[in-house]
Amino acid sequence: MSNPYAKLPGWAEYGLIPLINLVVAFLMAGLVVLLVGESPLEAAYHLINGAFGRGEYIGFTLYYATTFIFTGLAVAVASHAGLFNIGGEGQAYVGGIGVALVCLWLDRLMPWYVVFPLAILGSAAFGAMWAFLPGWLQAKRGSHIVITTIMFNFIASSLMVYLLTRVLKPLGSMAPQTRTFEAGGQLPKLDWLLGIFGLDIGNAPFNVSFLLALLAAFGCWLLIWRTRLGYEMRVMGHSPSAARYAGIKDARITIIAMMISGALCGMMALNPIMGEQFRMQLDFVQGAGFVGIAVALMGRSHPVGIIPAAILFGMLYQGGAEISFEMPTISRDMIVIIQGLVILFAGALENMFRPAISRIFASAASRGSAAAATKGA
Amino acid sequence: MSDIAIELRGIDKSFGPVHANKHIDLVVKKGTIHGIIGENGAGKSTLMSILYGFYQADHGEILIDGKVLTIKDPNAAIASGIGMVHQHFMLVDNFTVLENVMLGAEDSPVLNASISRARVELKRLEREYALEVNPDALIQELPVGLQQRVEILKALYRKADILILDEPTGVLTPPEADHLFRILEQLKNQGKTIILITHKLREIMAVTDEVSVMRRGEMVATRETDKTSVEELAELMVGRRVLLRVEKGEARPGDVKLSVRNLTVRDTRGVTMVDDVSFDIRAGEIVGIAGVAGNGQSELLEAIAGIRRAAGGTVDLNGSKVDVTGLADPADLRTRGLAHVPEDRHHVGLVLKFEESENAILGYHRDPAYKKGPLLDIAAMRADAEANIARYDIRPPNPRLKTANFSGGNQQKIVLAREMERNPDVLIIGQPTRGVDVGAIEFIHKRIIEMRDQGKAVLLVSVELDEIRALSDRILVMFAGRVVGERDADADEGDLGLLMAGVENRMEAAQ
Amino acid sequence: MDVFHMLVTVLESTIRVSVPLIFAALGGLFTERAGVFDIGLEGKMLGAAFAAGAVAAVSGSVWAGLFAAILISVLLSLVHGYASITQRGSQIVSGVAINFVVFGSTVILGEAWFRQGGRTPALSGDARFGTITFPFAEEIRPVPVIGPIYADLISGHFFLTYLAFAMVPITWWILYRTRFGLRLRAVGENPGAVDTAGISVVWMRYRAVICCGILAGLGGAYLSLAMTAGFVKGMTAGKGYIALAALIFAKWKPLNVMLACLLFGFLDAFAIRLQGNPLPLIGQVPVQLMQALPYILTVILLAGFIGKAVPPKAGGVPYVKER
Repeated sequence: MSNPYAKLPGWAEYGLIPLINLVVAFLMAGLVVLLVGESPLEAAYHLINGAFGRGEYIGFTLYYATTFIFTGLAVAVASHAGLFNIGGEGQAYVGGIGVALVCLWLDRLMPWYVVFPLAILGSAAFGAMWAFLPGWLQAKRGSHIVITTIMFNFIASSLMVYLLTRVLKPLGSMAPQTRTFEAGGQLPKLDWLLGIFGLDIGNAPFNVSFLLALLAAFGCWLLIWRTRLGYEMRVMGHSPSAARYAGIKDARITIIAMMISGALCGMMALNPIMGEQFRMQLDFVQGAGFVGIAVALMGRSHPVGIIPAAILFGMLYQGGAEISFEMPTISRDMIVIIQGLVILFAGALENMFRPAISRIFASAASRGSAAAATKGA
Repeated sequence: MSDIAIELRGIDKSFGPVHANKHIDLVVKKGTIHGIIGENGAGKSTLMSILYGFYQADHGEILIDGKVLTIKDPNAAIASGIGMVHQHFMLVDNFTVLENVMLGAEDSPVLNASISRARVELKRLEREYALEVNPDALIQELPVGLQQRVEILKALYRKADILILDEPTGVLTPPEADHLFRILEQLKNQGKTIILITHKLREIMAVTDEVSVMRRGEMVATRETDKTSVEELAELMVGRRVLLRVEKGEARPGDVKLSVRNLTVRDTRGVTMVDDVSFDIRAGEIVGIAGVAGNGQSELLEAIAGIRRAAGGTVDLNGSKVDVTGLADPADLRTRGLAHVPEDRHHVGLVLKFEESENAILGYHRDPAYKKGPLLDIAAMRADAEANIARYDIRPPNPRLKTANFSGGNQQKIVLAREMERNPDVLIIGQPTRGVDVGAIEFIHKRIIEMRDQGKAVLLVSVELDEIRALSDRILVMFAGRVVGERDADADEGDLGLLMAGVENRMEAAQ
Repeated sequence: MDVFHMLVTVLESTIRVSVPLIFAALGGLFTERAGVFDIGLEGKMLGAAFAAGAVAAVSGSVWAGLFAAILISVLLSLVHGYASITQRGSQIVSGVAINFVVFGSTVILGEAWFRQGGRTPALSGDARFGTITFPFAEEIRPVPVIGPIYADLISGHFFLTYLAFAMVPITWWILYRTRFGLRLRAVGENPGAVDTAGISVVWMRYRAVICCGILAGLGGAYLSLAMTAGFVKGMTAGKGYIALAALIFAKWKPLNVMLACLLFGFLDAFAIRLQGNPLPLIGQVPVQLMQALPYILTVILLAGFIGKAVPPKAGGVPYVKER
């Protein structure tokens, strides 16, 4: 009774099921393409070509993927502790303030390699701070984390508008953005990395924060599976009653897990602000906090799954731009549909295909053992 | 019109590998109170759920008023005049009494007419059966006894002729229980048929006309209540089992290791679950707590282990105080020499989705032995897990296998190994062999005796009376949250059975 | 007089912006009181607004638009119901997913079908709701105080506006005075009680979800058929979330829902009216603070600092018959 579905082999659990969910999501998206009178196959061609056809495209794909690795890890870390952090958007916004403050302060005084570590700290600290309150409210006052983080998204976006129109905007400028950073606030590109493979990065803003994202992914893996804190988070996420038995303080873990999650979301801001625009603009997050939910669900909350899932969404963002260029009726909002479908099928409907697949595996297994039995006899 | 209200023929029901009801036959006469008695897990509740349409029997038939009926859902049961008072009340807390009574039995889409009819009907029922309750009171503001009365009213409002009560006195105080019995008596006199499910012999003797005894999924006997005795029923209930024998020598008790004084625990509703319990456990002895499940043993264990906050009393561990009424910390208690094998290994003692080696450190994960710089020392964890696997013969011998994939016995060994191999001073164990295969039972029992012989103080809670008798050096019997008696290891089974059923001595039972 | 005039204008726009909030929040009330949480209100309203705008533009009939809005919103509700009731998936995740799918689809389909940058064609005549002027509104207008209140606040709104306010007592009546409402509230508090009373928990919850779809559909239709003459990309702009906040702020009670929506609507209208002008006594208040105030108030309420918002007890939990 405790396990309603038969056990699946690891590769089916972590490979086949996500793949089926993804395929179904893409088939549904293909239907939308048909509905607007275009060819799904052509769209798929432009998508792939637009994402990987040239060095520059690959650079863009990886640039977007960098952002999504951060937000995907953030959602995953919280979910290991049994928390659903839907506030990545707001935490990334506030993290951006941390980055902008460090850059505005030091970009003319220090080289990037001095500014960057400080900006990392700034982004993480600000993002963590924005996640602290919902975490604290959940742990100490019992307010539902999903609702508070949604509310905090809106509060953050109001705060952002206020800061960029009133405080951080240079005098005399009309646009709601900070001044452009000097050399110290600009991250070097990773053109040499793609150069190894003989690819030319062109104008793509693929930058060193990608390496930081990979590092963060490794760090998250260490945290979740190799530290006592991660261990306690996982116990709490799987079984709150076992956590109480083991003497794990759930209030403490809730707050810490949310702060780590917020810090990761905050670090996302480094990529667009220091890596692409060299200033903080109003809408720099562009829904990345929400993409993180899809990435984490798709990647099964494991860094090894999150990196390819993030690259997949990077591909959608970059290739989607290419589709909208080649096929004007299909704008980049197509990605949002796919993102929603992935969340639907890999998240809310994750058990829909499982019974059928389990049955196939079970019957295959029994047939296999029956065959073995006859052979043995 | 026959004088038989309900007849069950050959009812059979399995849940996966668990055979809950084995070919049950039962005849309940009209206008009587029929008791069904048996230990926990004997299959009483399953049988009644089948009668109420919650489950379908795999085989067998149900006859109401002499007619064969298929009861496919509670609606069908209600339509054929069966009402049920559930052990956990099925009431909506923030509804009024009136709304609860009406729910599902409204007359029309708009409530006005139903409300006035329900009001009149409640008045009538109140007059007829002396079931007084304010129809406009909110359920959450009523004491438990009155909430139960609302459940009875719900059934009567639906014109139930047959009323099933599932462990109705579990949540009641003795005066409330007596009041309930007077109500049942009254209902019987009005021609209703009542089925009373309980594990308390006193209640059976007090109110029933006939009693049927269930044991391990089987209906073992039906007796007329005035022609039987508590002794006979207790024996039928427990059965003459193959005596469980465990090789053990004399206990050599040493100093007091765990001292419990006036411990009181209440649940979230404020109901007293552990009532002023005191006892000592010395090094080198096993103290067993016998009792039917739900009499406060679980709460007692949890309070001592620091998982549940006590309402009053003190606990001394190794001569120093444990803050049981405040913020006792299970992690801190572990470092002070308390090991705890919890009753529920699936939800408490283990994280089923973890690898075996990860569960092998649950609760001890802050131990410096598993620390390597800022990280967990995975190698040390696995080495310990391997050692436990070898020593406890845990199969399959793979510390990286997901815990859910081990059998019940092997899962229990994982917990036991973790708790026993750290040289604790006090070991508290709940249901050590629940859902464990026979081979593992023997092994687990041996290990518990070994712990005693190594000078540990062991507190053992089990609903298996055999197990308590085979392992304990002293036996405490808990009933309704209190320790109602203490006996030696060689106490008479019937005597213990009576204590467990709330009969304090034979004299009282004879009255 | 000037202050009075300003007050009337602010209150008038308060009513205007509150209407979609009231529809959506009442919709949320139905599902959440039945134990199904719904953060997909935003998506339902947006989908409905698009369907309404598109169908009204093509057919030229505002009623066809209204019907399409309700249809789409109910279909989306059924998807949410399937995921969270039948498949017992996470209600939160399902709601999030629906919001995204709808946002993307409305833009793509709108652009493909109408090629106006994600807008539907501007509606006029029979394709849009007109305002309803009460008898003698113009005659009474010059009367001090009562005149403007009658002519501008009470008269001169859309059919859907009056319907929204009428839905408040109707919702209350359904919830507290009908068999359906009794069972709906019961299924959100203790589904076990409903199940043992012989009522299907699943069917009750589906019906609640459908009610939510109808109301959210009306809210969406109001946006594109009444408040604005046509659909604009992303036109709900977080109204579904504000409605969710209002629902919590109202502690899941119909009359409170109306008051909370009016309060949040007032803050919105007031912020727009203020446009950076200093307030008497308080001084300069940033518009953004006013805009964030509904969310801040909701967080404070949720934290239990001003009363306690106790959600329906069985909310968010799929029903599994216990063994």
